[in-house]
Amino acid sequence: MIVVIDYGMGNLHSIAKALEYVGAEVLISSKIPDVKRADKLVLPGIGAFGDGIANLRELGLLDVLREEIVAKAKPFLGICLGMQLLADRSFEFGEHEGLGLVRGDVVKFEFGDEKLRVPHVGWNDVDFRRFSPLFAGIKNHTDFYFVHSYHFVPSGLAAALCDYGGPFAAALQQGNIFATQFHPEKSQKAGLKLLQNFLEWNPSHA
Amino acid sequence: MLKMRIIPSLLLKDGRMVKSVRFGGYRDVGHPVTTAKIYDAQRADELIFLDISASREERRTLFDYVRQVAEECFMPLGVGGGITSVEDIRELLKSGADKVVINTAAIENPELVRKAALRFGSSTIVVSIDVKKTQDGKYEVFIRGATTSTGLDPVTWAKEVEGLGAGEILITSVDQEGTMAGYDTILIRNVAEAVSIPVIAHGGAGKLSDFKEAIVAGASAVAAASIFHFTDQSPIKTRKYLHDAGVNVRV
Repeated sequence: MIVVIDYGMGNLHSIAKALEYVGAEVLISSKIPDVKRADKLVLPGIGAFGDGIANLRELGLLDVLREEIVAKAKPFLGICLGMQLLADRSFEFGEHEGLGLVRGDVVKFEFGDEKLRVPHVGWNDVDFRRFSPLFAGIKNHTDFYFVHSYHFVPSGLAAALCDYGGPFAAALQQGNIFATQFHPEKSQKAGLKLLQNFLEWNPSHA
Repeated sequence: MLKMRIIPSLLLKDGRMVKSVRFGGYRDVGHPVTTAKIYDAQRADELIFLDISASREERRTLFDYVRQVAEECFMPLGVGGGITSVEDIRELLKSGADKVVINTAAIENPELVRKAALRFGSSTIVVSIDVKKTQDGKYEVFIRGATTSTGLDPVTWAKEVEGLGAGEILITSVDQEGTMAGYDTILIRNVAEAVSIPVIAHGGAGKLSDFKEAIVAGASAVAAASIFHFTDQSPIKTRKYLHDAGVNVRV
């Protein structure tokens, strides 16, 4: 069973529907016991970083998530804000501490070129930089749907890059952690394929 | 590279999908859920549902439609109509909307835009601006289905909603809407140059070259209804045309 973590931040239902569509058994929950008994975890999210972390803390999920993701090595998918929350720090409306599970910071898009509008909204092609089972069956440079004003600057290598006034991390992979800045649940066929790959992913046997 | 978006807009009124001309003369044009599925199959980049039902009661069907579409179409859905509170927004997002489109309430209660952007993120909040030309040729923002003048200049208002935290602007020319005579590219250019958030052009597309003109004027996305309802043009043909015309679109 996949638990989609409900922490009051965004389009839980879209991601749950998309996972069900590809055959997953899904539970939307904010309860610690549910997170603990989940086989896989999805942290979606749209909204402000500070609120996201504060809500996770209030629900008592910060340490639970670290425990389930690091110690128990459960397959984890973070989407959009759910990817950014993995970082050490974010600079969205002040400085906030993140989950600290993937080294790096979250910063705002800043451009000198006035033509580039923020938020970065729409379909943009993604360049797979590392082999990942999550990309299986998806052609490199496929377009995925993005909508965000901040992006994750990882200390290590990104699994995939996208270009908006320069390259930025479109996807991250670190062991059992996979995360996308784009929205697979909104990216039609390619997005559903990625979710199906997550469903079939078994990183401990990799 | 970021692609220009092609967005069919679906107008709902009292549970029916309709099409208007200059915000009047409504004609029935089919079933919203079936139509949405067709646009999804044609790989439209996004869909916008706008409900102009007179009463809250009649608007309930909107939630059902959004829910049904969200169950099968895994693409971005923007939904608007009658939103007056953060609670309305929450309910729409729960039904499966990804973005909400706020129009009259943004004027009557600008604080709603700020609160909603903080709560749900700027990228979730689209402010829709309906614009008419007055007799002396000046642009003016209208609300309540273009029946009520506000005295506001669209450029001033666009900058203000950007400051309030809106993530996108849907700009509709009331004079062009449903006429299929082309977008008001001057209006689009004025607004797109004034703000740095994406601007969606709406109202007037009748032939494929109209899309290109709106993009040249500075739109990040083109929304249209009549051209897809009443002609044999589809998002597929639009994409092909724009691609051949050198515009960056999804292929």
